[in-house]
Parts: sequence; C-alpha cells; structure tokens
Amino acid sequence: MNNKYETVIGLEVHSQLLTNSKMFCGCGSDYQKAEPNSRVCPVCMGMPGVLPVVNRKAVELIIKTGLAIGCSINGETKFDRKNYSYPDLMKGYQISQFDLPVAINGNLNISLNGNEKTIGVTRVHLEEDVARLIHKNEPNGTSHSLIDINRAGVPLMEIVSEPDMRSPEEANEYLIQLHSIVRSIKASTANMEEGSFRCDANISMRLKGTTELGTKVEIKNVNSFRSVFRALQFEQNRQINLLEIGEQIIQETRGWSDESEKTVSQRIKEFAADYRYFPEPDLPPIIISKQWVDQIKSTITELPAEKIQRFIKSFQLSEYDSSLLISNDIIATFFEDTVNECKNLGLNYESSAKTCANLLNVDLSRILNEKQLQISDLNTDYGDFSILIKMISEDTLNSTMAKTVFENMLLLGKSPIEIADNLGLTQISDTDSLEQIISEILSQNSPAVQDYLEGKETAIRFLIGQVMKETKGKANPKIATEIIISQIKKS
Amino acid sequence: MSNNDDLTSDAIRHLASLTRISMSDDEVEKMRDEMSNILDNIAVLNEIDTDSVEPTGHSVDLKSVLRDDVSGDSLSTEDVLMNAPNSDEDLIKIKPVFE
Ligand SMILES: [Zn+2]
Repeated sequence: MNNKYETVIGLEVHSQLLTNSKMFCGCGSDYQKAEPNSRVCPVCMGMPGVLPVVNRKAVELIIKTGLAIGCSINGETKFDRKNYSYPDLMKGYQISQFDLPVAINGNLNISLNGNEKTIGVTRVHLEEDVARLIHKNEPNGTSHSLIDINRAGVPLMEIVSEPDMRSPEEANEYLIQLHSIVRSIKASTANMEEGSFRCDANISMRLKGTTELGTKVEIKNVNSFRSVFRALQFEQNRQINLLEIGEQIIQETRGWSDESEKTVSQRIKEFAADYRYFPEPDLPPIIISKQWVDQIKSTITELPAEKIQRFIKSFQLSEYDSSLLISNDIIATFFEDTVNECKNLGLNYESSAKTCANLLNVDLSRILNEKQLQISDLNTDYGDFSILIKMISEDTLNSTMAKTVFENMLLLGKSPIEIADNLGLTQISDTDSLEQIISEILSQNSPAVQDYLEGKETAIRFLIGQVMKETKGKANPKIATEIIISQIKKS
Repeated sequence: MSNNDDLTSDAIRHLASLTRISMSDDEVEKMRDEMSNILDNIAVLNEIDTDSVEPTGHSVDLKSVLRDDVSGDSLSTEDVLMNAPNSDEDLIKIKPVFE
C-alpha cells in the first residue's frame, strides 16, 4: 500500500434482535422458516389507521447490547420516521431513531498483532427491518420483482462505529469482536449468511498527518467477514489509484460483488440520503429507568474478552485456542465440564485442558466439516469425553487411535472404552509382549541396528516403524523406543 | 397567490422525485401554490412564544406503553395478497426494481 495515505473506516452493523415477535406488532419474527407472506398483519403491512406498539424485549436486548459495549443508556428515547420510497418499505417510511437513540458513546477493544486499540461506538439504535425483494428474470426476457413481507417489522439494531479504524484488518477485527459479543449476550443469532448480521462500511482516504476526512464511499451488501475485508481492500486500492492520478473520489454507494471481487457504483448518495426525518407521532417517548438498566446489567454474565482471559489464565491455553473454544457457547461449556471432570478423575488439569482443546478445536471442526454436521447433531457427553482424555493421558490410546475413537463417539454416542474394544484399538503398553516383538524385529534388521550403533539416531525411527507395522499401530511408541534402545545396548 | 416564497418549483420537483411521483410543469406550479398556502397556515404557530418551553418529540405528554414479546396470529396469506396488484404463488409481484 502507498504509505502517503491513511485509510479511515467506519462500520454500520445491522443485527436482527432475537425476539419471538416483531418490533411493533405480534407477528412472529421467525420469517426464515415461515412460508412467504405468512407472518404479516395490518401493522407490518402498513395499512392506514393501524398503531404500532413497541416490543419490550427488543428494547431490553438493545440496552443489553449497549451495556456490553460500554455505552451510556439514554433515560428517554424516542422514535422517528425515516422517509423513502422503495418497494421493500411497506409504509413509505421506516420507524427508526434519529436524535435520541437508546445507547450512545460506547467503545470496543480490538487487538491486532499484539497491539490493543479502542474503537469508539457512536450509537446503537432500534429500528425495523424491511420486506424481502426477490428479482426474477423470465425466459422471455421480461423481469419483475417479488415481495415477501415476512421480514418487514422484524426488530433490528444498528450499531454505528466512529471512523476509528485505519485498515481493513482493524475493521475485520472490530466486526469479529462485535459479532461475538452480540452472540454471547444472545441479543441476536448474528448469522451473516442468513442476513441477521449485516455490515455497511464507510471508507475514505486522506494524506497522512492531516485530520480532515476525505470523501467517503459507502459499501453495501456485504454478507461475510471475508467479503467485508476484501471489499475494503479493493476500495482502499481503488481510491489511492484515483488520488494518485489526480482524480476526485465521488461520494457514492458501491456494492460488493463476490464473483468479480470488485465494488461497483450503485447510486449517487445525496439523492438517497434525503430522508426527511421527523418524530414518530404514533409512538410517545420511552422512559428507561435506572432500575431497568441495572436489572438488565445484572443479566450480563461474562463477555467474550473476559472469558478468553479466564481460559488463558485458568487452563494455561494460548489466546488462539481460547478464542476458538469460546466462539461457540456449547463447545465452551463442554470444554469446561470435561476439564473439571478430568480433575475429578485425578488427571493433571492443564495437560487435560490442552488435550481437550486440541480435540475440540482441530478434530471436532474437521469432523463437523467432513460429515456436514452441526454441533447439536452430535451425541456425546462430557463424562465420556473425559474418559477419552484419561485414556490418552495414560497412553492407552495413541493420538491416531484417539482421533478414531473420538469420531466414533461423536457419531455413535457410545463410550470410548466400548468403541476402543470394538475396533480393537488399545495401545500395547504391556512391556512383556513388546519385549518379545522387538527382539524379533531387531534380529531381522541387523543393518539398522548396526547403523544405530554407529551413531545414526535416525535408524531408531525405522525400527519403530517396523514395530508399528507388526503391531498394526498399537504399540506405545514411547515404551517401544525405550525397549529398542535397551535391547540394542544389551546385545 | 401565496406570499410564501420559500417554496420553489425545484423543491416541489425534488419532493416529487423522492416520493417517486411524476409531475407535469402545470402540476408542479399548482402543487407549489397549494403547499405554500398550507405552509402559510402553519406559520401562524411561529407567532407563539416558545422560549420557555422544553423541546419535545411528541405533542402530548404520554409515555410509551410496551408490549410483551409474544407472537400471535397473522393474517392468512390469501388476505395479505388480496390488495396486491399482482401475485406469483405466495409473493406479491411488482415491476422490476433493478433494470
Ligand atoms: Zn405484523
């Protein structure tokens, strides 16, 4: 990147709130599994004469989100109409919040290559989602659009950051942090693929050392962390190239295309931004008392960043392992239960934690991927899993065997002992039978024994290989190595 | 004729385009006159001294009532589609929004 310039990025995240019903009416918000236009009533369809009524849970979830990212909660909050005409907007206006959002002035800490940085959060406000539009091309060359109103009125929060990020990497880190907080406090499913966590990014360039913001471009329709990152990288380069040849950046909205890996101009921003906000006459202001805020605060238990620190400290895990484990609540709980159970079984706390983390972070995700399964499809409990860890720590299973047993446990729901027995997977640690097998192998491989005696340490590996072949991989490699060396020395 | 000169024909055209309404020049002028009159009438409110009044987001001193998060019945899909100009299976069919 040309280091004359500094990149300035701000993000606007829309996240659907995890409620049973919509923001202003009693229609179910489960639009994703519902038949088209089956979660619609006169309120969310925008019929004349209807009145919206605010969903308390939605307000609570947004207060909770605000608190989790260090915001102040406004004691009085109100709704405003954002006016624009588009077929996805049933009323011709969206009920949103303009000057008195629920939460303001928060911050989120990110860490990148070991450097900590605080990103400001300007505001978190409540609004309603819009209908879903589907574009359809007919074989005869005509086209039309189709509307499914189910999504219209689903509670949505918008989390607006300060323009504090200085690279696509920082923006990516901010998104990951925000996503994990919103999920951990169960404010949203935050599923990006399903559109319940969406990101718009504002990016501009300025000369290093200057403080005035450059002309910004807004990138819309980005539906994965990777796409946000790639779109920002692309846009950063595009803007630098324009500035370098003396061209102006046009303030506009650009869309990201995953296929062409490019941002494309969508419309001139000034036109769309004339929203003529005014206070929503159908909804009086909402009073948010200190007691209400305190009560919600008491339901926030442990935030992801705190949990990672606790995992690092109490289990002696790396930051990487810890953040992977806590990224899924089910796995994190399963991990903690297993390690505590291992302690009850008399195993070393830290080494069980390490073994357990490896199986969950590496093997579990591989198995889920290969078998196209979800965590919830698996049937094993932490009791069985801690016995598996015990078998590994006692060398009853080597690492290859352990992976096989683990996979079968997850798929079949049987105990590790039963699976190991059925598959004939138990490591031979019995020295008598290994002594005998090894003495035969040594007599058949005298050149390798000779090599070892002449100082070629690698000859050991060949001999171990022979032992493994003979025992079909069941020999305990540590004990086998000891026996080989002692037999050679005795001979 | 109205004495409100602030409302220009261009402002009317701008509003028309925001609301996706097409208007002839005659219609623009007619609308400018009518809206100017409305604004003149509303301007009477400017005569009231509001210096000592707290700004408010709502006309009456009400606080919002919140509702429990319980989902209930919605309309039948048949009823939802009843007023739609056109439909395709369970979806409302409209002119294409992207050319
Ligand atoms: Zn409804």
